[in-house]
Amino acid sequence: MSGGAPAGAAGGRPRVGLFVTCLVDLYRPTVGFAAVKLLEDAGCEVVVPEAQTCCGQPAYNSGDRPDAMAIARQVIEAFRGFDYVVVPSGSCGGMLKDHYPALLAGDPAMKDAAEDLARRTFELTSFLVDVLGFENVRASLATSATYHDSCSGLRELGIKAQPRRLLAKVDGLELKELPGAEVCCGFGGTFCVKYPEISTDIVAKKTADIVATGASLLLAGDMGCLLNMAGRLKREGASVKVRHVAEVLAGMTDEPAIGEGGG
Amino acid sequence: MSAFPVTSRNFRKNTAKAHADENLRKALKRMESGAIVRRAAVVAELPEFDALRDEALAIKNHVLGNLDFYLERFEAQVKAQGGHVHWCATPRQARETILSICQAVGARTATKGKSMIAEEIALNPFLEENGIEPVETDLGEYIIQLADEPPSHIIGPALHKTKEQVTELFHQHHRKYGREERVTDPQALVNEAREILRQKYIDADVGITGANFLIAETGSTIIVTNEGNGDLTQMLPRVHVVITSIEKVVPTLEDVSTILRVLARSATGQEFSSYTTFSTGPKRAGDLDGPEQFHVVLLDNGRSDLLGTEMQDLLRCIRCGACMNHCPVYHSVGGHAYGWVYPGPIGAALDPHFLGIEEAQHLPNASTFCGRCESVCPMRIPLPDIMRHWRERAFESAVTPPQQRFGIRLWAWVAMRPALYRAGARLAMRLLAWLGRREGRLSSLPFAGGWTAGRDLPAPQGRTFQELWAARRGARK
Amino acid sequence: MSEAREKILRGIRRSLGRGPRLGEERAALQARLASPRPNLIPKRARLPHAEQVVLFQAMAEKLDATVARVSSLAEVPDAVAEYLAARNLPTTIRMSPDPELDAIPWDRRPLLTLHRGRAAPEDLVGLTPAFAGIAETGTLMFASGAARPATINFMPDTHIAVLRSSQVVGDYETAFARLRAAAGREDGLFMPRTVNLVTGPSRTGDIEQTLILGAHGPRRLHVVLVDDEAH
Ligand code: SF4
Repeated sequence: MSGGAPAGAAGGRPRVGLFVTCLVDLYRPTVGFAAVKLLEDAGCEVVVPEAQTCCGQPAYNSGDRPDAMAIARQVIEAFRGFDYVVVPSGSCGGMLKDHYPALLAGDPAMKDAAEDLARRTFELTSFLVDVLGFENVRASLATSATYHDSCSGLRELGIKAQPRRLLAKVDGLELKELPGAEVCCGFGGTFCVKYPEISTDIVAKKTADIVATGASLLLAGDMGCLLNMAGRLKREGASVKVRHVAEVLAGMTDEPAIGEGGG
Repeated sequence: MSAFPVTSRNFRKNTAKAHADENLRKALKRMESGAIVRRAAVVAELPEFDALRDEALAIKNHVLGNLDFYLERFEAQVKAQGGHVHWCATPRQARETILSICQAVGARTATKGKSMIAEEIALNPFLEENGIEPVETDLGEYIIQLADEPPSHIIGPALHKTKEQVTELFHQHHRKYGREERVTDPQALVNEAREILRQKYIDADVGITGANFLIAETGSTIIVTNEGNGDLTQMLPRVHVVITSIEKVVPTLEDVSTILRVLARSATGQEFSSYTTFSTGPKRAGDLDGPEQFHVVLLDNGRSDLLGTEMQDLLRCIRCGACMNHCPVYHSVGGHAYGWVYPGPIGAALDPHFLGIEEAQHLPNASTFCGRCESVCPMRIPLPDIMRHWRERAFESAVTPPQQRFGIRLWAWVAMRPALYRAGARLAMRLLAWLGRREGRLSSLPFAGGWTAGRDLPAPQGRTFQELWAARRGARK
Repeated sequence: MSEAREKILRGIRRSLGRGPRLGEERAALQARLASPRPNLIPKRARLPHAEQVVLFQAMAEKLDATVARVSSLAEVPDAVAEYLAARNLPTTIRMSPDPELDAIPWDRRPLLTLHRGRAAPEDLVGLTPAFAGIAETGTLMFASGAARPATINFMPDTHIAVLRSSQVVGDYETAFARLRAAAGREDGLFMPRTVNLVTGPSRTGDIEQTLILGAHGPRRLHVVLVDDEAH
């Protein structure tokens, strides 16, 4: 056990419910397993409730408030009783932490539960660094990487230093700062298919900045942004590889990178 | 010139046009590197900046909760010093009020300082139709007046124009003043406009300015400018008309000092604008200059309906433009694409109120919710939340296109049934992974043209996490 | 339009879900107006007076004004003449008909031609007395009046302001408090017709975001800062 994890409610290891997020579940299970590994390395007991699907952002951000509320209730129910809820995504983490309480503020039956969930919920890197003080990254990757700060993580949850701090401990990894790392990549959930011309225009600026860093690997903490940037980089024929930050931290980089064949 | 048509409905078409406009793209690029860097630098020089934002927000919230009181007090103070206040519920009332002020003094020309409210009420075409020549004096406004275009940014109205275009406009319109030469250097262009407009200030019968703030304590109106055009506009003609809106009132000079500290820094990245001018009533006995009449035209135009709603925070806006300066969508499409007076995030949040959600539905939808606008807004207006409220209203009132509504509702229905969701996800991901098995990605896919037009679709790994996790747990047991 | 007035006020109250502010609530709002209190003043401005004067000069220069410090009003004519000569500017000056400026021994520099009164279109150099200098941003405050026409602050190409060091304050709020105190009334009716806060010369960025000085107002702003305090 490492990192001095605070004890769970029962006095033993903290029990963490992993909110996998729909994109990790569907697209890139490796990220889910990387999160599990990091959490277990940090001394947590990890549980993945079956009754989870998505955090509800597609409905919420499309203006379908009733469905977003229904999904929020489902998530709250599924994650009752855990010491912590950890999410490998700033965007979905922000949804649980910031938006559920606002969404259910008018529902007396769920208001307290939503706030309680919000208190227990953390984005993965923030949980490792801010809550567990986890330092014991045991991974090595001899390459140069750059890091994109996904918007919700950065601006809703204040995640900026945490992933960098953990990445600095990866053996052999050189981190090159991305100019404009805090500028949106143009994903925006359903935005990217509702306004594809604008989305493509925005991501093309981002990929130009990424390529200009000369880094061989692009990292970020949100699958949506990663799929968007990887898709654009591949379309442009760029050789930059793309991975979720958790894969690198957990040393799980054997699988092909996002959008790469040969797996 | 006629009033510019509202084209918010054609947002997609406007976007395509903007993307094809190389000059616009260059201008927007300049803004990304210029305005953002300047703001960050000047904010870094003032450690109290965020604390001042909080105070500014509290002041405005206090005003909005007592708006009736402060407006009445402002009115009383203006009157006590010999000025007039004209309350106007609608743009039409405001236009007619201003026209009648102009007509009462037999005005032929009116010089104008920059005013977004004048744009909102489409004042210029109305004055022209009624035989009064409006002359814009802010250089940017002057340029687009010559070009017969609406502003593309709330503080840099001609941001989309290149200096070559300005050269051509000046050449074409200044020949009547005997200027045959083509001037190309920006300094020389500014000089030429300066000289021509100087005479206009002197000849004008009425000077119309906007107001950044109204002070209840003293009955003063305030304009914040860099060029000094607003000052010449209001001090040289006989009549000074201030066109403004009800939410601009602030209690005291101390309160406005707080807000001024965040305004220029947010807007142009300056420590302070060159000119912050307080106008109080007409000229006083013995004064050698200044207007003989002082009129304040106070527009509501539905603002009072926003009070007490989830949109009330919009009324804190001080029109600094920081939100659009930092907006990736604005950087992509520019100001004209929004199709009405207020572009960028503030426009996306505000325009539906003026235009109706049906006309303006694209604006709050065309946002990634990246939140950078809110993070720089000096008044901490939750712009993404307000855009989301508009999306909700569109969804409720079936303004959202039926395919989208149906798609979302169907998806949510499935997402509420985890077992069904898991089964469907397994199948779908297997198919998608199989399709992308060779390259690890797909370059086109039916029904995903929106995604694949400009980027590949990475293929999923093939099995869902839930599936693999269940297998692993089974193995562990 | 009083119909519109009632409509708007009613609409505001309806939206806020209340009637007009009366009684204690009203009294509290009136009290807030009657004794205005400063909000947060940046630390930068809260300095001993002598340092405020230094900060004023530094900020004014940073924001494209020039500053000459002299030790008495008697030295103003030299400072003005030297400033104009160094830049090859005309020596005919439009000056506020202000007693304090009149008290300056202008005859020391007989080549300076002074015209008093409001600005005329042909004036190229203007000279006006400042009401205050605000250190935090190097801002000048001008208050209009019969002896201080505001047009001189804007029409001439070159604007020279005379500021006494005792007029330098740290922040805007203190300058406004002095304005209030100078009028000696408590009903809020103390503002002159025009109060100008001027920070550097006129500028524009409207052509390709290139900064150009001298858009419509003065191209140059020069401050003659007169030390009028005992040391
Ligand atoms: S919304 Fe905020 S950032 Fe945008 S113009 Fe208004 S005050 Fe400025």
